[in-house]
Amino acid sequence: MIGILASVIDGVLVGAVYGLAAMGLTLIWGVMNVINLSHGAIIVLGMFVVYFLTSATGASAYLGVPLVLALGFAAGVVIYWVSVNRVIGQPILMSLLATFALNMVIIGLGTAAWTTSPYNVPVSLPGITVRGYTFTGTHIMAAIIAVVIAAALYLFLRYTRPGKAIRAVAGNRDAAELNGIPTRQVLSMAFGLGVALACVSGALIATLFPFTVLSGGSYQLKSFVVTVLGGLGNPAGALMGGIALGVVEGLATPFTPVSWTPIIEFGLFVITLIAFPRGIFAFSRA
Amino acid sequence: MNETVSQAVAKAAAARPQHALGEELLRQLRRPFPWLVVAFTLLCGFVPYLTDDVGLRESLLLAAVYVTLASNLNLMIGFAGYVNFGNIVFFGLGGYIGVYLATSWHVNLVAASLAAGVLVGFLAYLFGLGILRLRGAFFALATIGVNEAVRAFVTNFEPWGGATGIYLSMDAYAPLGGPMAGLWICYFLLVAVMGLSLLLAYAIKTSKFGLGLLAIGQNEDAAAVLGVPTPLYKAIIYSVSGFFPAVAGSLYFFKSGIIEPTSAFDLTASIESIVMLMLGGAQTITGPVIGAFLYEELRGYLLVSQTFSHLQLVLAGALLLLIVLFVPGGFMGWLHTRLPWLRRWLE
Repeated sequence: MIGILASVIDGVLVGAVYGLAAMGLTLIWGVMNVINLSHGAIIVLGMFVVYFLTSATGASAYLGVPLVLALGFAAGVVIYWVSVNRVIGQPILMSLLATFALNMVIIGLGTAAWTTSPYNVPVSLPGITVRGYTFTGTHIMAAIIAVVIAAALYLFLRYTRPGKAIRAVAGNRDAAELNGIPTRQVLSMAFGLGVALACVSGALIATLFPFTVLSGGSYQLKSFVVTVLGGLGNPAGALMGGIALGVVEGLATPFTPVSWTPIIEFGLFVITLIAFPRGIFAFSRA
Repeated sequence: MNETVSQAVAKAAAARPQHALGEELLRQLRRPFPWLVVAFTLLCGFVPYLTDDVGLRESLLLAAVYVTLASNLNLMIGFAGYVNFGNIVFFGLGGYIGVYLATSWHVNLVAASLAAGVLVGFLAYLFGLGILRLRGAFFALATIGVNEAVRAFVTNFEPWGGATGIYLSMDAYAPLGGPMAGLWICYFLLVAVMGLSLLLAYAIKTSKFGLGLLAIGQNEDAAAVLGVPTPLYKAIIYSVSGFFPAVAGSLYFFKSGIIEPTSAFDLTASIESIVMLMLGGAQTITGPVIGAFLYEELRGYLLVSQTFSHLQLVLAGALLLLIVLFVPGGFMGWLHTRLPWLRRWLE
């Protein structure tokens, strides 16, 4: 019994990080109706930034988090102007293909530069042991950082001027433009934020599990599952959805082989989409 | 936009029933395009045979597979407007079914391939009824999921060799008259599948069904209101677009002599067929052919080149991005706007 409880708690911790990744995806969708298919590749970039930062300077991975956020934001703004701006408002096929093309470019360059062999970021944090079950320190730390960033995002969107501009553009782009909001700039900022969230979640995942250039795909799938669980375009729901997915994974892992995880996740994805198209956690719209 | 579609649908609905099927067929046979397809297919089939050029045969075989994949993908992306990122699942699953029937049950290759096509088409129909309730991006993601799920299933499925796959022994080619003759037979069949795929795409494009699909691609709600049975049409086209890729997969992997999950359900190949389609021009019949041949040339060059051999994916991605951003109609779209009279000849 206590074993199952421990699995649930660990699932919550890892799930908070999944939630952070999904938040990046759902923010971009909510503001500009673009599904960012380069999401997984960007998560991988975050992983490698932390890897090279820690291996070059020897600093703790957590000190790199602000830098990853800043780099991710800059990269996101660039990506927006290069590949997304022209396809805004076009059929969904075009933005899917544009972001997917970007995904191929990033993964291809990454494979050429770093091969597909596994990397890991060494972090040593003392865990907490309760009744013989140890909760890994890295999991706890990652969850705390994820929740802090999620809270900061909420406050930013709720109370600051740029945050309000993003919400205005998400609500009604034409009306926002008429009220003097430079919507293209706001869209690029929102895209930058989404990419920054993906990057930082990648950085946190890198401290939890080993990764390769190709890991992005599975985290992208997780992000999509989380996003539909939480209701598309709903960042608060994304955190809840992430935690839900983490718990499901934590509970499923002892009973099923790892190679079946994508099937379970995909099943969850389709069932949620068909049964709860607005998401299971769609009670609060941020 | 919606008006033109609705008018087209109404016109088609009014015009069609007066023609008997035979008359309709005759009318189609008087048009140049089907004959161009037949001539092209015969050319592809016989030139390497008459010149006995094995190198040319191998490169045309790959091109035929690419054309088959891209043309059938066009039925979904170009006509119905649904992005299928996992179209390679048809090819891989068809390959597995065909190879399994041909080796373990000693079924004739043609029968095994047809069985693979029918079975995959049937599975796609059942699955399509479910996942085609999803629209736009969700459908696209679900198709990736279908591919990954089938791959994971096959990797764990022992009768099909699990992760190691199925190897064919030389005996498997005995019914075809030995490996050498077998390769030629597989080649002819693949070229025939390519020709039939193109004729199928043409037949669908010029039918009432095809107009319904185009209407779905433009505005699904409007199409439904105007009486297009959208769920049925979508499920049918998803299923139909799986038939020839499955047949081609069966022939291709039988010819290769080995099938294993990573190569059969390779998502990259899926994406490459999207690149070919967009390069040549979606919604046209000739586009996928041109795209496939151009891409095969490019890919051949990249694989051989010292500098670019690792960057094949990067260049394919960059190419796709440039097409999407600047020439969304692809090569044929560009050509059709420049030379409108060409539409009569090259659909």
